[in-house]
This record gives sequence, structure tokens and C-alpha cells, in this order.
Amino acid sequence: MLDQTQTALDGISVSIRDLQLSFGAVNVLQDLNLDIAKGEFLVLLGASGCGKSTLLNCIAGLLEPTGGQIFIEGQNVTWAEPSERGIGMVFQSYALYPQMTVKGNLSFGLKNARVPKDEIERRVTRAAELLHLQPLLDRKPAALSGGQRQRVAIGRALVRDVDVFLFDEPLSNLDAKLRAELRVELKRLHQSLANTMIYVTHDQIEAMTLADRIAIMRGGVIQQLAQPLEIYNRPANLYVAGFIGAPPMNFIRGRIEGSEFVGPVRMPLTGYGWSEGPWTSGDTVFGIRPEHVKIGDDARHCACQTEVTIEVVEPMGADTLLWTRIGGDEFRIRLDGQTTIHEGQTLPIGFDIDCASLFDAQSEQRI
Amino acid sequence: MVDLSQTYTAPRRLAGAEGAKPKRRLSGNRIMIYGILCLISLYYILPLWVMVMTSLKGMPEVRVGNIFAPPVEVTFQPWIKAWAEACTGLNCDGLSRGFWNSVKITVPSVILSIIVASVNGYALVNWKFKGSEIFFGILLFGAFIPYQVMIYPIVIILRELGLMGDVWGLVLVHTIFGMPILTLLFRNYFASLPEELFKAARVDGAGFWGIFFRVLVPMSLPIFTVAMILQVTGIWNDFLFGVIYTKPEAYPMTVQLNNIVNSVQGVKEYNVNMAATLITGLVPLSIYLLSGKLFVRGIAAGAVKG
Ligand SMILES: Nc1ncnc2c1ncn2[C@@H]1O[C@H](COP(=O)(O)OP(=O)(O)OP(=O)(O)O)[C@@H](O)[C@H]1O
Ligand SMILES: [Mg+2]
Repeated sequence: MLDQTQTALDGISVSIRDLQLSFGAVNVLQDLNLDIAKGEFLVLLGASGCGKSTLLNCIAGLLEPTGGQIFIEGQNVTWAEPSERGIGMVFQSYALYPQMTVKGNLSFGLKNARVPKDEIERRVTRAAELLHLQPLLDRKPAALSGGQRQRVAIGRALVRDVDVFLFDEPLSNLDAKLRAELRVELKRLHQSLANTMIYVTHDQIEAMTLADRIAIMRGGVIQQLAQPLEIYNRPANLYVAGFIGAPPMNFIRGRIEGSEFVGPVRMPLTGYGWSEGPWTSGDTVFGIRPEHVKIGDDARHCACQTEVTIEVVEPMGADTLLWTRIGGDEFRIRLDGQTTIHEGQTLPIGFDIDCASLFDAQSEQRI
Repeated sequence: MVDLSQTYTAPRRLAGAEGAKPKRRLSGNRIMIYGILCLISLYYILPLWVMVMTSLKGMPEVRVGNIFAPPVEVTFQPWIKAWAEACTGLNCDGLSRGFWNSVKITVPSVILSIIVASVNGYALVNWKFKGSEIFFGILLFGAFIPYQVMIYPIVIILRELGLMGDVWGLVLVHTIFGMPILTLLFRNYFASLPEELFKAARVDGAGFWGIFFRVLVPMSLPIFTVAMILQVTGIWNDFLFGVIYTKPEAYPMTVQLNNIVNSVQGVKEYNVNMAATLITGLVPLSIYLLSGKLFVRGIAAGAVKG
């Protein structure tokens, strides 16, 4: 039995088995299973309240699971203390010790672990170099900017030489520019350290740019676990399709009849990459991303063509968003660059089957 | 195209407030407010004035003079007498004995009650255990039981412990009676600190005491100040427990003050009584003055969140 577990955990950094957690009668996590490879950057993405932080706190040992097991680097750590798990954690609110200097903050964990003085010095110096904190070592957190504070918080995890980094929305207290800077810095850090990183966010861009794999959560259940582009191109269900992408995917309700989708528009399904099927009948939702809709002359070569009246034009500089309706449902079109299309204009549009998604209207799963 | 510089030139300075900040004129409203404030201040200051003035007069002057008048001849004799010579019962060493008794009672009571209550509050917030809320509820309930109900049971308990009449018995009583309100105070304060700080310290490997002493206590100076002031003034001013649970040699200052002021033998020495009262009140007063800002900050921080 034990051997089986051991071989099953080869190459796996964090393994979560049937994890359950409830606060009283509220089940926040239900039978959650997740394997994270060594050196992987996994992003947990989901709407507010879906249990991302709860899952992260369970991995960190700050919450006791109601059921299930957690393995880190092959050890069953389900009941281990946070400090014994080989994890470091970075919080949204930085959580720096206000009365200690930056240096004190960085070395606090090492002192608790009774690391020898010169070793502490060595590791603090190295972390400070990596994160450009050398000039700030003797300052108190109150005298730092938001970005500097978050770098200290990352440094605090760094000095402890842990196997797994846990991040709980580390960038969401920062302004947009700093967020972009630190995002790149984090990516570089991951490349140079090659630690396992688990990163919670509700920012899609962070998720898409940082992740090796993204786990999309909803109500304590993982909806899809895949590489970013796989999630973008082949969302596993309606929720994921509507969650990823800004603006989100357009949905058209209808039925499949033979080899054709029939609704407010008709679309031949030859060439569709079926996940389950092919279906020849049944209620279906047809999904197409706003950026995959073609207009004007380009639309004439598409498998599916229709005409729409533009209701709202939103120019955003680099691209333009058009709002319209198909079959009563809102329909968005995203165009590159700027355009002369104006509100009230009627426009031929079209799209192809190779960038479309089909979902079962009942189960909401991809077909 | 319209040439903007032609059609619109911004004024070099915008119209509006300029120059020095205008002086506020006294409006009727303000006169009312200040008037009332002055009256109230007078109401509080007058008795103190009378006391200080009387304590600086000799007895002959006290007898004939107006109580509001400042002393014609300033004398510190009443203060010296109150401190070192006034008689209570058999002893004639003034308040000094009571002062030292009060110090011996107050210092350990304050320290002990603050240590226990702060650890209580910390555990109730950060290390919740099954039933911790009920435990806290029971503790709070203690704050609502009238003292009088407990006087006799405590006499029995102290007697059984062999602490009746001892200073340490009184220390124990004060520590227990301070517990509900102090625990509430500390609990609310620690609950207002960010939870992630506590989590970070746990990830950093600090234990129960490590987190308490090295992370939380250093950032909780204001609330410790508030607790100290509450306890020092409360315990220093206590009369009832002092007179019940100690013997005459161990009486705290308040009890001795009472004995001096209410002594029936001889003439009433108002000047000595006033001096004695002032000396007794000096300790809580100086605590307030010394802690000033910290006290206000602590009250503001600890009071609101439930
Ligand atoms: N101590 C608690 N007691 C009861 N319910 C809780 C507790 N902590 C969290 N919850 C509930 O658990 C659910 C998941 O919370 P969690 O903090 O994990 O969400 P999240 O995905 O991190 O959200 P956010 O993006 O807002 O941080 C929420 O519905 C929340 O109300
Ligand atoms: Mg969260």
C-alpha cells in the first residue's frame, strides 16, 4: 500500500486526495483531487468565494481539513504544522511584522528554525539581491511602498528554502502598473528557482500569463484543470467558457439536427472537434469568442453567416468592441484596431466551426 | 480648426480664496458652546481649588477664612502631617503605611491580571477551541454579577486557601474581578489585528508563545496602556475589597484615608484631610497624565469591534 503511494507520487510535488472542508454545515471544498508536478506553476482561478483561499490554507496547514489527505514532496502532511511542510506563503495584505525591520522580517522564520547566524546572513543577503531589497534592509515596513512590501513578503518565503510557494492574490493590492512589473518579476523568479508554485488569483491575465496549468474553481469544485491555451480554446463547460476571456464567449441557444446546428443561425458541424459525440440531435449551446467573429468581406467566406444591427460601439484604442444581439441574446464582437462602424449600422458577420465550442444545454458540459 | 489659444486664455490665478487663512468670528453659537464648556469646567475645578487651597492653610486660617480664598500664609504642614503623622486607630504614621500597602496590592494585581487577560484574549481570538465562544460568554457573564453577592463566598474561599487577611488574597480577588472586562478588551483588540499576520507567523514557525510575545505584544502597546490604567485606577481606588479582605496593618490607602477623615477624636483638621485626599488621588491622576495619547489611541482601538 505504502509502496503504491510512493510510486504514485513520483515527480509530484503536491498531491491532494479527496480533500473536504466544511465550516459547520457549509461545505466549502468537496472531494477535491489535485496533483501538482515538481516545479509547476499552478494557478487557482475562480470568482470570489469559490474556496481558493480555503484550499491554499489547507495546503499551508492553516486550516484543518474535515477529510482527505495532503502530500507534499511525498510526505503525508495532512496533520503537520505549517512550518514543517516545506512551504512558504505570501499574502494579499503582505502581512509583514510591523515592528521588525525588513531584515527582521526576512530572518524571523529562520530564527524560529534555529538556523545558525552566518547562514541566516547568507540567505537574507541572497534573497535581498534577488528581489532588489538591499537598500531597504534596515527600514520598517511602514516606510516601504506597496510593491516593496510585497517583495519583502516574497523574500520571507524565499529565505526559508521551501519546496512549495503559496501565493494568495499577492498582487491585487497593487496598482495596475506595479502589478504588471511584479508579474514579470515573479515569472523570472519561478524560472530561476524552479520551485513549485501555487498561485491564487481572480485576475485572468495573471492566470494566463503565469500559469503552466490553471485550475478553474467554482463552489469548491475544480471545473477544469489544463494549460492556459487549452482552457481558452476548449473550455470544459459553459461556466469556464463564460469565465475565461474578456469579454467572455458569446452563446447562442439552439438544437443539433443531423449534422447542423439550428438556432437563430444555422451552422454545419462538419470539421468540429467533438469531445463527446458526434451528436446528431439535442438541445445545444453554441459558443464563439468575440475575437473570432469576422465582419464585412471576411465574413463572406465563413461557414455561418448572418446580419446584425450594431447597438453599441466601444472603442478601446488597441481594439474595438461591438455590441449586438442574436436571437435576443447579447452578442459581442471584438475587432482589432479602430473602425468607422457606427451605432445602428447593419453588418454582415460570420464565423467558422474550427474556433467554436458546443455545449450540452442540460449538463452544460462541452460536447 | 479653432485656435484654442485665441479663444481661451486661462486666468493666471483662479478666483477664490487667497491670502492668509481668515480668522473665525465668534458667532452666537460658539459663544453658547464656550459658555457652557466654561461653566462645566468651573463645576469640576472649584472643588479641587477648594481642596488645594485649604490643604495649604493652617488650622486658624481655615476656621476663620473664606473657603475659596487662597492662603494668606502658605504652609505644607498639613501635607507632612497627612503623609507621616496622622493617626488611625493605634498607628500614628499617617498615610505612608497605607500608600505602601496600596502599592504592594496594586502592582502585583495589575501585572497578574494583565498577563492572564491578554493571554486569554489572544487564545480566544487566534487559537479557537471547541467551546471557546461559550467559555468567553461565561466569562463575560461574570461582569454582570453584582459584587455584593460574591463577598461572602470569597471570604470562605480565601479562608480555605489560608489567604484571608493577606495582601496576596486581595491580589487574587482583584485579578479575578478584572478578568471579564480585561479579557474583552484584549480579545477585541487582537481581533482587530489582521489575521494574515498571525498566519504568516505560523508559517514562519512561531508557536503559541512566539507569536504572542514576538509578533502581537510589540504591536499592542496602546491596549496594554489602557488595561494598565483601568486596573491601576480601579484597584487603587478600591475600598470595599480592601476593608473586607485585609487586616488593619495591611489596609490600602483608601481605607486609611477614610479612617483619618472620619476619625471622631479631637477637632476635625480640614487641612490635613484635604491634603490626605489629594495625596491618595495623586497616583491615578499621574497615570492618566503620563499616558495621555496612548490611552486615547488604545480606547479607540479596543472599544468598537465585537
Ligand atoms: N471561517 C469561516 N466560516 C464560515 N465560512 C467561511 C469561513 N471562511 C470562509 N468561509 C466561506 O467559504 C467560502 C470560500 O471562502 P474563500 O475565502 O476560500 O474564498 P476565495 O475563493 O478565496 O474568495 P476571494 O477571491 O474573495 O478571496 C466562502 O463562501 C466563505 O463565505
Ligand atoms: Mg481569498
